[in-house]
Amino acid sequence: MIEKTIKVDINGDLYERDVEARRLLVHFIRDDLELTGTHVGCDTGNCGACTILYNGDAIKSCMMLAIQADGATIQTIEALAHDGQLHPLQQAFSEEHALQCGYCTPGMLMAAKYLLDRNPQPTEQEVREAIQGNICRCTGYWNIIDAVMAAASRGEET
Amino acid sequence: MTETTVSPPEALVVEEQEVRPGFIGKNVPRKEDRRLVQGEGIFVDDVKRHGMGFVHFVRSPYAHAKIKSVDISKALELTGVYGTLTGDEVAIHTDPFFELSVPPGSEIKDYCLAVGKVRHMGEPVAAVVAASRELARDAAELVEVEYEPLPVLVDSERAQDEDAPILHDDPGSNVVWSGPFSWGEYESALAEADHVVRIERLHFDRFASTPLECSGAIIEYERPSGQWHIWSNNQFPGFAAIMMAPALRTGIDKLRFISHDIGGAFGNKICTHPQLTACCLLARKLKRPIQWTEWRTEQHMTNTHGNERVFRDIEVPVKADGTMLGFRCRMIDDCGAYPRYEPLGCIIWSQVTPGCYRWRHIEIDFTQVCTNKSPVGPNRGYSRMQHLWFTERVIDIVAHELDLDPVEVRKRNYIRREEMPYETPNGCIYDSGDYAKTLDIALDLIGHDRLEERRAEAAQRGKLLGLGIGSTLDSGTNNFAQSQLLNPELQFSGNNEVATIKLDLFGEVVITLGTVPQGQGHETTASQVAAEILGCSPDDIHVRIGHDTYWNSHSGFSGTYASQFAVTGLGAVKGAADKLAGEMKKLAGAVLGCSPDDIELAEGQARIRGNPEAALPFMALGAIINVNNAGLPEDLDVTLNCRYVYRPPFQVPDKERKFGNLTLTYATQIHACLVEVDPETGAYEIVEYAAVDDCGKRIHPQIVEGQVHGATAQALGAATHETFAYDEEGNLLTPNFYDYHVPHALDMPPLKGGFIESESPFTPLGAKGMGEGGGAGIHAFCAALQDALRPAGNPIVYDSCNPPHRVWEMLQDPESTRALVSVESRS
Repeated sequence: MIEKTIKVDINGDLYERDVEARRLLVHFIRDDLELTGTHVGCDTGNCGACTILYNGDAIKSCMMLAIQADGATIQTIEALAHDGQLHPLQQAFSEEHALQCGYCTPGMLMAAKYLLDRNPQPTEQEVREAIQGNICRCTGYWNIIDAVMAAASRGEET
Repeated sequence: MTETTVSPPEALVVEEQEVRPGFIGKNVPRKEDRRLVQGEGIFVDDVKRHGMGFVHFVRSPYAHAKIKSVDISKALELTGVYGTLTGDEVAIHTDPFFELSVPPGSEIKDYCLAVGKVRHMGEPVAAVVAASRELARDAAELVEVEYEPLPVLVDSERAQDEDAPILHDDPGSNVVWSGPFSWGEYESALAEADHVVRIERLHFDRFASTPLECSGAIIEYERPSGQWHIWSNNQFPGFAAIMMAPALRTGIDKLRFISHDIGGAFGNKICTHPQLTACCLLARKLKRPIQWTEWRTEQHMTNTHGNERVFRDIEVPVKADGTMLGFRCRMIDDCGAYPRYEPLGCIIWSQVTPGCYRWRHIEIDFTQVCTNKSPVGPNRGYSRMQHLWFTERVIDIVAHELDLDPVEVRKRNYIRREEMPYETPNGCIYDSGDYAKTLDIALDLIGHDRLEERRAEAAQRGKLLGLGIGSTLDSGTNNFAQSQLLNPELQFSGNNEVATIKLDLFGEVVITLGTVPQGQGHETTASQVAAEILGCSPDDIHVRIGHDTYWNSHSGFSGTYASQFAVTGLGAVKGAADKLAGEMKKLAGAVLGCSPDDIELAEGQARIRGNPEAALPFMALGAIINVNNAGLPEDLDVTLNCRYVYRPPFQVPDKERKFGNLTLTYATQIHACLVEVDPETGAYEIVEYAAVDDCGKRIHPQIVEGQVHGATAQALGAATHETFAYDEEGNLLTPNFYDYHVPHALDMPPLKGGFIESESPFTPLGAKGMGEGGGAGIHAFCAALQDALRPAGNPIVYDSCNPPHRVWEMLQDPESTRALVSVESRS
């Protein structure tokens, strides 16, 4: 069993851990660091439940090994709210009923945040494109799209 | 979304409800959201236990094979492997799961791991437990299984052939259940008909809702008491316990089921009892908590799929004016390798026997068979969706063949509002609804008045445009006595659900539910109902998260399935809250020296009506009864801790005639769409889509709309792409989200929504269960496709799943589909 020590900055906390070479980043985040807000919905990189921000980019954390993340700066869903204040996207998701079971929601929110960070006033088509890598089986996406548009239209800092 | 509000012209409520205006019918913020948007939900894979071992199942690469030997020795040699479980051990330590069927199906032996033989690709043969997920997976690969492959059966229509491979030796037949259904006088109707339309074959495809969270559990065994603690995402613990306790040779109470948040279920998480049983055995054997999380590929290969159904030899007697008198059909249902929840699907369709129509003369010959595919089980719209697709196909095929307008022919044959409550030919009571009006709203929303203009405009661009309608019912709140129509020996009937409510020491209202929510917002709607009765805010009410058979009260049918929470769950909440309100008034009356009738509950207080100064806040009531009760009258029977079991008013049906009321409520969904087809390629686009829903009183309109959206999206996925396709050797060709294409955000058409509220006269709140929908999107899409393709050789849409390649095939060869239909005209 090959192990390696890695250092990662997750949500502003620095973690130094020994990790098995074949462990997926998502399992490192969930099982080793117990940040269980990031979810797993498939084996193939299709569903996006594990979407995180990795050095600022939205990525699927089941698609890379934890050891590849050595030195990275990562944001997960746990970083979105501040001091008990929900992020505007989180608020909009709740108001627009953009979630039912809530399993895809963390990944969906991270994908939406990545979009709004770069494109604060997206068109509906741009929202659809931004979340096309994230599967939701409950909502049919309509309310999710509305929620992202609503968060954007408020023009608050996201 | 566009909303069209249409109230019923007259109230359909037969008795006045006591519930006061306030929170019911309002979009209060969902209690569940705050934790879920922050990633703070507790899903099963988030739960960890000290020393837990991860299980990985060794699965069969063959669809049908004898197991010659299983050698676990190499796996056990690996450091970090805690132990294994094989079929031989399972056969010793458990009994086969209880079978619901009569013979031959009842002779089937179904264990939690394959014993002696595998019957579908991916069937678990052994299980390995190790210190990590990765290690367990590695170790599973070291288990050596020797197989002797057997001939494979994948085609349900071949299952009864003489030379068909037999899956289960004990029954000696692939038939699980078979039986005739006959209502009205079919032969007379046939004689009376002016036209008889015959359809040779229709096929409803195999798919599943594929919840994003896979199945899983963490199970601990408590040696001194023999107690299993099963933290899982099973959505119907009552059923799982009935299956598991006898198999494990233990009592029902020895199985404690717990769940918090569940990442979608849609029926697909009802039949996880085999895996849970294997984990129970492992927890006991290895003396450590067992963690199981299914991989996506495993879910697609081995979790229950929706029922695949073939409709053969359909015959529809039609009058000259387009009135259809009924139908005759031979139905073959493919239940896969094991009938786990089956053969219930062989009767559940009959909740909606005539669909939305006034058909009175019906003959069905129904047979369910086993094949070498993954077992089937409930899947959103369970068994009724297949049947409603059939009724809608019949309507549209008959309409096209006889050149009738699909809107007019529906309206001519729909059951009418003034006929409600309507008794169907098999004794089901449709409680309320106005199908014609619901259809009109849908047609308005898609701009039906401009249909011909739009057809012409599309034609100019070289496209074919078609209109499709799907009219469906979501029958909710089962009468489990319908199981006795399959097997008269079964001792199931009626239904029930439980809620408890208490007023705690500091005045907190606490509710527990017997249900197992998976995103339906039970905490929110329960608090709305209770707040309205208790005169406080939903924010003041704590509804405990999830299900726990230790912690929360529950009943035999507790669970979340079959479109019933708004009736059974909220009926229980209402009953419990009414009881608590009564006790609070009694207590306040005793303390304030007045009659309980003079007390009102409002603004978080119990106070004398007309004298707001004489008031006791909830906190005072809670404190008096819990810690300050000296001097209370001896006969004051008040605990402020109330339990209520809601039991719908059901009778046992007539087993001879297969006649009786099988469900309490019938929500309506009528969808309409316009689809454009490119005749060169078979590619298509849904250009207009409307979903109109009538579920009676809407407790939380936004949640209702959310369910409508979800059911629509799943239906459109099933109509266009989702299929569990098997090759001739029984290999699943779509075992993950690469090959099994579920809708993405870019796939969704623009959606318009509308509703009416025809309150149910039979339910405590006038509400109806509505979460499943009836697959209206599948029916509407198929109808639109057939309408669009009329100028291109007029093919018959014969399958429920129509990816562009199938449309292209129909365009290339419409004749072979035309051969499926014939019309005999007698005038």
